[in-house]
Amino acid sequence: MSEPGVLFDGKAVLTGAGKSQVGRRLGRGGLELTIEAALRAIADAGLDPSAIDGVASYPGPGVPDPGFSGATVTELRNALGLRSTWFTSSMETAGQIGPAIDACMAVATGLAEHVLVFRSVWESTAQTAGRASVLVGGGRLTGHLEPFGPFGAVSAANWLAMPAQRYMHDFGLTREQLGAIAINARRNAGLNPDAVYRTPMTMEDYLEARMISDPFCLYDCDVPCDGATAVIISRREAAAGLPKPPLTVESVGTGMFERATWDQRADITTMAAHDAATTLWERTALRPADVDIAQLYDGFSFLTVQWLEALGFCEHGKVGEFIEGGHRIALDGELPLNTSGGQLSGGRLHGMGFLHEACVQLWGEGGDRQVRKPPELAAVAVGGGPVAGAMLLSRRD
Amino acid sequence: MEQTDDRPQSSAVAVEYVRPEVRLLPTPTAETEAFWTGGRDGRLLIYRCRSCERWFHPGSAACFRCRSIDVGPEPVSGRGRVAAFTINRQPWIPGFPPPYVVAMIELAEQPDVRVVSNVVGVAPESVSVGLEVEVFFEQWEDIWLPLFRPAAGVIDE
Repeated sequence: MSEPGVLFDGKAVLTGAGKSQVGRRLGRGGLELTIEAALRAIADAGLDPSAIDGVASYPGPGVPDPGFSGATVTELRNALGLRSTWFTSSMETAGQIGPAIDACMAVATGLAEHVLVFRSVWESTAQTAGRASVLVGGGRLTGHLEPFGPFGAVSAANWLAMPAQRYMHDFGLTREQLGAIAINARRNAGLNPDAVYRTPMTMEDYLEARMISDPFCLYDCDVPCDGATAVIISRREAAAGLPKPPLTVESVGTGMFERATWDQRADITTMAAHDAATTLWERTALRPADVDIAQLYDGFSFLTVQWLEALGFCEHGKVGEFIEGGHRIALDGELPLNTSGGQLSGGRLHGMGFLHEACVQLWGEGGDRQVRKPPELAAVAVGGGPVAGAMLLSRRD
Repeated sequence: MEQTDDRPQSSAVAVEYVRPEVRLLPTPTAETEAFWTGGRDGRLLIYRCRSCERWFHPGSAACFRCRSIDVGPEPVSGRGRVAAFTINRQPWIPGFPPPYVVAMIELAEQPDVRVVSNVVGVAPESVSVGLEVEVFFEQWEDIWLPLFRPAAGVIDE
């Protein structure tokens, strides 16, 4: 029986995790990769596919960006012939793990017993084939590109470089400190056989890399890849007898207090991450000091900076000092960070890779990259700009 | 160089702005058409709530602060300051070569209203947070893009 006050009455637990082949330009289809990750996650939980009665994913259908979605819920359900009592997909949710949070609610309320949650990308292959058509197709910009594209700001690198540079201006964050995020990721990726970039990187390599959009150099930006990630979120009672110790979802961060924009937040040195983190801590008696490992979104290095302060590991504006030199965030440091190499070196699995890695570490399956002291509480946080969601996972019963 | 006492010294260095061969153009919506076409009359049009009288951007069908639906575009002075910026160095768009400055401009009328645009006519490396800028317009077909350059009197010629 769970302790009083645990979110979802402690009924939402993770029982399995799986990842497909991950790489650059694999040339494999998005659905094929998704099926691979799904079947691995189901097997990891010790379940048969017939036991999966819920499916959830981000972003769902209708997203035109090439390779942004490798498969929809419908495509995977149809492919595997899943009998579902509940299913969903969403993009207007708490970041790329929003559907995982939906799954927690579904199992806690009894709508499903075992929910397969997945995120699938094949941007590397898709962009190789089709990227040019997006920018020089002669059509006009719509949606999120309409306000920025006319000024040549067609990448999130541009949109996030602006607040990053303002943060550096206001608080003295340096490029060397940002570099500590990238170098930490690369060092951990070197210990992860599935990571995309594993060659060691020095601070000199980092500082000499070509600039993309000041203050971001090449190594501040994550790497598009092909790959799919899946986890199984189960109702605690249904997890009895499964091979792995269930991981309890202690809290979730879903807050969004302002308009969802890249440029109009009242304080442009903060992001939606701060709202998500606020709600995460409001829903638990646990505190930042209780966290053993942190898997924090690094689509750009600066987003990890944002999550570190949003989640209360550092004071607002003080992240630079915390990450300087990289000792505190290393595998043997006080807060091991992005232990699989993150998206910067591991590949842009787009959020769900962080949830997968938290499970791997809590189950002690990290191999060469396993943190030295067995972790009991993991913080997972994904998204940047107006996109944010967070989760606290524990190994306690 | 004329400067008032409260105007910070700028180290901005003038350079000639060269119009790029290509710009990607927006698809105006009911709420963004005024922003993209106000330059036809030399006006930067920003949404304002006629109930609480505050400005907001991007335009919408209601005031996000007071929820009034009595809202619409009105001209602003076109003056503001650089709130945040980046020098883009990556060639994303054939015919629009880097480097160029992308910036959030906070409007003189209300600093928490920001317009994303380019700051041009100034050496990218000499742009700084707080730089005073003013709008001008560049026509592309049926679109008048609001661009910004250092305000008169703040730049070293």
